Amino acid sequence: MPGGNGAPVAELRDVTRVYHMGAAEVRALDGFSFTFRQGEYWSIMGTSGSGKSTLLNILGCIDRPSSGSYELCGHEIGELADDELSELRCRYLGFIFQSFNLIPQLTVLENIMLPLFYQDEPPAEGRERAETLAARLGLGERLRHRPMELSGGQQQRVAIARSLVNDPAMILADEATGNLDSKTAEEILDLLDELHGEGKTILFVTHEAIVGRRAQRILRLADGRIAGVEEGMKDGR
Amino acid sequence: MKSGALLRTVRLGVSSLLLHKLRSLLTTLGVLFGVSSVIAMLAIGEGASAEAQEQIRQLGSQNVILRSVKPPDDLVSSQQSRISSYGLTEGDLERVRGTFPWVRRVVPVRQLQQEVRFEERVLSPRVLATVPSYLDVTGRVLFEGRFLSEQDERETANVCVLGYEVARHLFPLRSPIGQRVKIGSDYFTVVGTIVPRVPLGSDAPAPGSEVTGEVLIPLSTGWRWFGKLQVKIRSGSRDMEEVALHEIIAEVDRPEHVEAAAAAAREMLTRSHKKRDYEVVVPLELLLRAQETKRIFNIVLGSIAGISLLVGGIGIMNVMLATVTERTREIGIRRALGAKRRHIVVQFLVETVVLSVGGGLVGILLGLAIPLAVEHWAEMRTIVTPTAPMLAFGISAGIGVLFGLYPAWRAANMDPVEALRHE
Repeated sequence: MPGGNGAPVAELRDVTRVYHMGAAEVRALDGFSFTFRQGEYWSIMGTSGSGKSTLLNILGCIDRPSSGSYELCGHEIGELADDELSELRCRYLGFIFQSFNLIPQLTVLENIMLPLFYQDEPPAEGRERAETLAARLGLGERLRHRPMELSGGQQQRVAIARSLVNDPAMILADEATGNLDSKTAEEILDLLDELHGEGKTILFVTHEAIVGRRAQRILRLADGRIAGVEEGMKDGR
Repeated sequence: MKSGALLRTVRLGVSSLLLHKLRSLLTTLGVLFGVSSVIAMLAIGEGASAEAQEQIRQLGSQNVILRSVKPPDDLVSSQQSRISSYGLTEGDLERVRGTFPWVRRVVPVRQLQQEVRFEERVLSPRVLATVPSYLDVTGRVLFEGRFLSEQDERETANVCVLGYEVARHLFPLRSPIGQRVKIGSDYFTVVGTIVPRVPLGSDAPAPGSEVTGEVLIPLSTGWRWFGKLQVKIRSGSRDMEEVALHEIIAEVDRPEHVEAAAAAAREMLTRSHKKRDYEVVVPLELLLRAQETKRIFNIVLGSIAGISLLVGGIGIMNVMLATVTERTREIGIRRALGAKRRHIVVQFLVETVVLSVGGGLVGILLGLAIPLAVEHWAEMRTIVTPTAPMLAFGISAGIGVLFGLYPAWRAANMDPVEALRHE
């Protein structure tokens, strides 16, 4: 299944993102074109300032290209209104962050279910699905706990469950192991491998070479452009 | 948003507020005290005004009252013993009776300084000599027995009607009807008692006299036994006063004619009296003035309430703005996970409304408790109109929406990228 033949999930064509820092103009992405396909597991690597965060923001539909086109699952996002972008995020994307980004006043279960809460028609079996995911990620006993009562690894598992609850077309992970010790990080990476094995599309942004090599393929960025594409250590499974 | 979702938003809002219990509590205090003071002040104002209006209404809103007033002291020499003669005369009574337009009934009243005794009990109430229509015209109510009759008047009968307080004091254990009390030096048979009324300012007893309540006797009897001259013994000097009538109450046929009748009475008295030894009291005018006073009071109260609620609202807005800044990251997360702007607006608006309505509800309870306490400790009458709590509740909810809109709008318009990067 892995390879260049899956259906396109995210297609970027000549995407440029320009920031204005006072009088200076910074091209965080400069004519970036790439297609991420169904079932692929990419790690996106680059030094800080290489444009990987900007790329992730654009892929995540929380930022827009200054020029060029980005199509997510067949939706051209350039012309969409803010509400429509929210809806795309809700339907097609799952986010995993470096600092977990759970909401402290919500319980584990509520955190997992949060993306469903913002869907126009929340699925009736949403709670069941969240509970199944939590059980699978070893959080079955923790549903009523608050995030602060969990270890870092457990919190990140909650975040992963949250990113899966809406059955997204693409999971975007931003330095998802950056705040974890190496053993816990390893567990999380195993989990991502497992999800990849089930056919999930995963884009993993990182600056750590060891972590990056775990992916199926590596996309290297420099100065807002593609600097190279490499095969990862484990080519699929 | 569906009702279930809204309910969940409210629940989540409450749990966010409970994360900072003390802060939320302090935030609501402004609205709490604003609302409670509005209700309490309205209740006290309403009570005081109702009392004043009731007193005035008891005087009879269709009456014009002509009253004798002792002219200023410099008009009579300060001799040791003197006779001062002033006030309304029988001539005035005749003129009111004969020439006044629109007047239906005229009630003359003479007030006598006499002691009233029964066995060893002594009182100095107001002894009023008047006619049978007094009861009707002044709107008094018979408590027991009968009132003075035309026959009593014709026969100059020695009968009297006791005010409730007098009856209770002289006859604590039995009915006074049929008993004989001594007024001055004569015995009078009690034929009835009347219900007390709330005393009105200018009706208050003359200083030095221990007047409680009143005793009514027929006018003709009063003339016969007590004459015109009255002796007042005051701090060593003997004052003699000659007053024919203390009050003439003229009942006008329709309320619209009260003003004209009052004007006519003033004109008549100005012409026939050299001194200003009279006053014309128009309860209707007093009533209108009381209502005007109440209106002004309400405006003042409304302004104070408005300002205090404004302060409360600004307090809430201030805290919500801080909360929004503090929760920038949460907003970023929610936006990334698919929250639309309106979801964020609703979330923060709900929190503000929960704060202000919570404060409002406690404020209503406090506002209802304060009038009870005032009634109990200060012995003032208070009236809580049902509109006051409802109004207060509406205002507190309105404050929540009004002062919540800006913080919610700020939250909703944050750039998700920036918000997620916020530490």
